[in-house]
Amino acid sequence: MRIFRSQHLPLIGTVGVLLTLYITASVMYPGFFSLRVLANLFGDNAILGIAAVGMTFVILSGGIDLSVGSVLAFTTILIASLLEKGVSPLLAIPTALAIGSLFGAFMGFLIQRYELPPFLITLGGMFLARGMAFVVREASLGITSPFYASIQDLGIPLTDKARLPATAIIYLIVFAAGVLLTHHTRFGRNVFAVGGNEASARLMGLPVARTKVLIYTLSGFCAALAGVVSTFYMGSGNPAIGMGFELDVIAAVVIGGTLLSGGVGSQLGTLTGALIFGVIQTALVFDGRLNSWWLRIAVGLLLLVFILFQRTLSRTSLKPT
Amino acid sequence: MTDSLGKVRSWFSGGSLFWPAVGLGLLFIFNAIFASGFLNIEVRDGHLYGAMIDIVHQGAKVMLLAIGMTLVIGSGGVDLSVGSIMAIAGAVAAAMVQANIGLPAALLAALGIACVAGLCNGLLVSVAGIQPIIATLILMVAGRGVAMLITNGQILTFENPGFVFLGNGHFLGLPFTLTVVLVTLALTLLLTRKTAIGLFLESLGDNERAARYSGVPTRLIKTLVYVFSGLCAGIAGLIAASNIKAADSSRVGEMLELDAIFAVVVGGTALTGGRFTLLGSILGALLIQTLTTTMYNLGVPPSVAPVPKAIVILAVCLMQSSKFREHLLALAGRKATA
Repeated sequence: MRIFRSQHLPLIGTVGVLLTLYITASVMYPGFFSLRVLANLFGDNAILGIAAVGMTFVILSGGIDLSVGSVLAFTTILIASLLEKGVSPLLAIPTALAIGSLFGAFMGFLIQRYELPPFLITLGGMFLARGMAFVVREASLGITSPFYASIQDLGIPLTDKARLPATAIIYLIVFAAGVLLTHHTRFGRNVFAVGGNEASARLMGLPVARTKVLIYTLSGFCAALAGVVSTFYMGSGNPAIGMGFELDVIAAVVIGGTLLSGGVGSQLGTLTGALIFGVIQTALVFDGRLNSWWLRIAVGLLLLVFILFQRTLSRTSLKPT
Repeated sequence: MTDSLGKVRSWFSGGSLFWPAVGLGLLFIFNAIFASGFLNIEVRDGHLYGAMIDIVHQGAKVMLLAIGMTLVIGSGGVDLSVGSIMAIAGAVAAAMVQANIGLPAALLAALGIACVAGLCNGLLVSVAGIQPIIATLILMVAGRGVAMLITNGQILTFENPGFVFLGNGHFLGLPFTLTVVLVTLALTLLLTRKTAIGLFLESLGDNERAARYSGVPTRLIKTLVYVFSGLCAGIAGLIAASNIKAADSSRVGEMLELDAIFAVVVGGTALTGGRFTLLGSILGALLIQTLTTTMYNLGVPPSVAPVPKAIVILAVCLMQSSKFREHLLALAGRKATA
């Protein structure tokens, strides 16, 4: 029972920070506390959030994936140039998702089969996907497609002023699927087991190899899906987009209370982490006086606080080291 | 005789310089054949000019970062914040020079702040016990914001001749940046191979607990390693600012931390720590720079340059994996018997 509580303390802390930030911003900026802003919070952070769902699997298993920003960029420019050539979006999007997943599977295979450090392999993957994005096309490309226009018009009206945009709907679906997969399936439990202790997971007869390859496949899929959502959101493909994005994603997961050593964490925490990013960003926009670099400093400080907090927790709790 | 041979060997201990040297050699041969005038070095105004000189000059930043990174990785850690520290150092120096504070004071202040940034990393790793990737990730994310704060989001330009000399000047006919790299390298080699510090570092990277039980001041060494990496990043940041006569906080040193890690790993230092080779890292840094220059020479757009880099990383990783080598040997064996 005690372990249960101490494992959930980081999550409670994260939710507390989110609520504090949200309430403070609502008090400080008139118009912040509205359904419209809340709905946009999900819509604007869908790209970060979707990639973070995949990253949560990776970090839960004790690994890391540095390639998500580049895979995202590759997906956006691939879709944009396929559409320009007259390919139907209904074919282009699944193709892009399949390539992203295969790319992740390839990295997972190298990491698993040859016992290589995820840090280096995904670093290589990052360079590779970025370069490939520029090979597809060197400059950004706008998307003009009736399908895109209808997606961008899509949304669930909440009130006469607010509506839940399509990107937010996709995010919520991915999040729900992530929760299901992480916390309610055998695969999810295997991920936790691999992250907790890979050797014992193997000795218990769990399919460690398959799980690890699947984890990176999922992360690649999520990064590609984030790219698809990015094309919805931006209405264009850009090979230079998402530089440093992987670090934002990792930061969102860590702020969400997932331990980087693996084995402890939750998708709900990651959602909270991504929303904290969003609240700070929206508050900076509302304020107008503060510049965007304050976001970086605030996120850095939050990371510091959360990691120190986690550290004290894992020292006092029974978590094996 | 054997004693001196052993000594020479100990200088190279940690990894074989053979493979990075072969890689670099192949690239040079490739360039010599396909890029006309690659081997030409001409003397203009008493200074040497040429493609190879240019590689050394352009590669100075990564070489400096790689020197610091080698020690960090040798101790079993990694430092992701070097790019951000570069931005901070450049911003501080440019802001102070612009405010007409003397150049020595500005440079010292910039390097001092770089050391403090490294100290923050070091304390987080050694005292708070945070994983190095994460501890340095914090500064990587926040550091660039701090640099933007110092320059107020602007690109600060300067004309101070002394500062400009640092990244563009010549010394003994060679780019001054080369002198900076060589002095840093020589001091680091002396410090790590002629004193016990190198041994301490390797024992720390190999087995921290065992090192501590044998009386190695692990916390102090660990902290100092990150301070040193910060210092190297600071110097690289000053050179980067001087190169373009401006402090561009948002772009300087972007992704350079990954180039530095790449240089160290290609050079033969294992990411798991425990042994390191400074000369290998220098070769690795030169390899990256030559790769980039080769791309330019071949007319490959600079944006596509990450692809060959990625292939080299993956190849090096695979060759370092004992499983992969077994796999290859097994394949070769099967072919031989068939």
